[in-house]
Amino acid sequence: MTTLTVAKALNAGLRRALAAEPKALLYGEDIGKLGGVFRVTEGLQAEFGPDRVVDSPLAESGLLGTAVGLAARGYRPVVEIQFDGFVYPAFDQLVSQVSRLRFRTAGRISLPLVLRIPYGGGIGAIEHHSESPEAYFAHTPGLKVVTCATPEDAYWMIQQAIADDDPVVFLEPKRRYHDKGEVDIEQQSASTSLYSARIVKPGSHATLIAYGPMVRTCVEAALVAADEGIDLEVIDLRSLSPLDEATIIASVKRTGRAVVVHEAVRTLGMGAEIAARIQEHCLYDLEAPVLRVTGYDLPYPPSRVEEGYLPDLDRILDAVDRSLNG
Amino acid sequence: MTEPQAGPDFVQLLDPQGNRVENSDFSYSGSDSDLADALRDLVLTRRIDSEATALQRKGELGLWPPSLGQEAAQVGSARAFSKHDIIVPSYREHGVAWCVGIDPVDMLSTFRGTGMTDWASRPDNFHPYSFVIGTQTLHAVGMAMAQQRDGVVGNQNPEDSGATIVYFGDGATSQGDVNEAFIFAASFAAPVVFFCQNNQYAISEPTTVQSRIPIYRRAAGFGFPGIRVDGNDLLAVQVVTDWAMDYARKGNGPVLIEAYTFRMGAHTTSDDPTKYRNDTELEAWQAKDPIERLRTYLLRVGAIDQTWLDALAVESDQLAERLRTGCVNLPEPRLADYFEQVYAETPEALLDQRDQHLAYEASFLEPR
Repeated sequence: MTTLTVAKALNAGLRRALAAEPKALLYGEDIGKLGGVFRVTEGLQAEFGPDRVVDSPLAESGLLGTAVGLAARGYRPVVEIQFDGFVYPAFDQLVSQVSRLRFRTAGRISLPLVLRIPYGGGIGAIEHHSESPEAYFAHTPGLKVVTCATPEDAYWMIQQAIADDDPVVFLEPKRRYHDKGEVDIEQQSASTSLYSARIVKPGSHATLIAYGPMVRTCVEAALVAADEGIDLEVIDLRSLSPLDEATIIASVKRTGRAVVVHEAVRTLGMGAEIAARIQEHCLYDLEAPVLRVTGYDLPYPPSRVEEGYLPDLDRILDAVDRSLNG
Repeated sequence: MTEPQAGPDFVQLLDPQGNRVENSDFSYSGSDSDLADALRDLVLTRRIDSEATALQRKGELGLWPPSLGQEAAQVGSARAFSKHDIIVPSYREHGVAWCVGIDPVDMLSTFRGTGMTDWASRPDNFHPYSFVIGTQTLHAVGMAMAQQRDGVVGNQNPEDSGATIVYFGDGATSQGDVNEAFIFAASFAAPVVFFCQNNQYAISEPTTVQSRIPIYRRAAGFGFPGIRVDGNDLLAVQVVTDWAMDYARKGNGPVLIEAYTFRMGAHTTSDDPTKYRNDTELEAWQAKDPIERLRTYLLRVGAIDQTWLDALAVESDQLAERLRTGCVNLPEPRLADYFEQVYAETPEALLDQRDQHLAYEASFLEPR
């Protein structure tokens, strides 16, 4: 076992993928000499050369559009968008092209590309640097959307995403880049499917459903709740599309209560979809309405008020109280 | 690419040693006293920038994008504005903002996270900072199209005419938005001056990643004039911007100015430029410093003296003190106030969310 941060685990995963797969290449702004603004690609250009770790001109649409061409010709481009808020110039390519080429060609063209995006708030940043755009992507048929919450998952999931023959939006929780954890880098391959959810902490009174940056927050909330005798189950979704419905349903059938937590705005966020699926499958097992703890329906606010905007331990426990007493 | 030399494709009127340079097309018609005023703006802009950088280092700001080294490009161009002009900045135009009378303490609020870009001192003809690269160039073209419809273009009396100037960097020239802005401006002969500060780096990437030809030459392909100016020479920047704004105000259409300069600091305070550029390059540009050359010139011709410089140093210190105090005293925002800032008329559901937020906050104040 090796102790790594999320950022270093991604770096190690990318290195292993580049070594194993000659068609894989990293593609983005400032990813070469600088190693990316979060240093996720640090040292990789020196190791694999500028044809495999490519500094691109500053244009997200151009970056993703040319990645479509590379992927259509058998390469496995791993595109880095510098910050969540800068992915929108590439949105047309993503929604109109990346997601559909397989469908349009009845499978003759697949696009094995990965779009890495640091996302989420909580780092005191200025505008456009703290967004949670996952619902746009999960709403788009043809895209797979995954997100890691731990170094272990970061290391394996990025390799699995690169190996996938479909386009994968890979969301990296930027405020967890420096979280540390154990990773078994000697292991041959991942022990979990890229698209399965994980029960991070089993419990019986209610189910907390989260992903990415909110997983740690939910685990912390569950630990505090445990001191008060409340036994919470915490699910890390890991994949937002496809959604591992079976794990969610089995858990809620056992606990009878569910609270979905995400940083993204509430309206039509992942919480809405999950709540709908739960009521479709678990209506008669539910002891209380499915609750959501989310960002408010605002553009991301100035950093001095982001603490109040983002779900935190207290807001999660408040929702748990309402669920248990509801 | 080799460094450009003074001549027809690189307008320079004051060399790095502070000597006036002859140019067949452009000459500076202002007085030395005007130049002393300009020097004051350069020095104070640099002080605002260095103070903000220091405030970030002390943890008082979340981030700051330094303008260090680009003062002449910003102050020089700002001295070409007239009353009907519209100014559209990117996010590094602190010197331009200073010249149009924006209180730098207001600017700090954005970077301290106490506000968005809601600066009380921002005049209506100065658009808020944009942080998405290049996006503002399209907005500027639209504003220039509005000027065409407002009847402020091509009037007989030049005083009654205006144009739009938009700032962006070398990195932005790769964006689709910027290239589309060029096309729309040319198509509609919009009165817009595209002011590109080529500061040689888009974070870590040298300009050569974005363009294999000098940026100003791109304008030819879009069908309008492009001109390159020594961006560290205030005289040349002012004169060339004057010419370009006048050209646009008269209804001749857009112009691209490439102000060739150097970002002496980091991209932002989160960046470490030592990872991608060397000391030799920095030293070469330090020798071309925009402030030093103007100070040398003005001292030599006797337009300023040590007493004048001492007084400016005192003013600069006072400004710095005002920034430090102003920064830490910026009013703390309330999340609740932002709910009514999203729409002209706030939907009930959003007001409900605000009330839920307020009730939740209040629950911490009540005895449990």
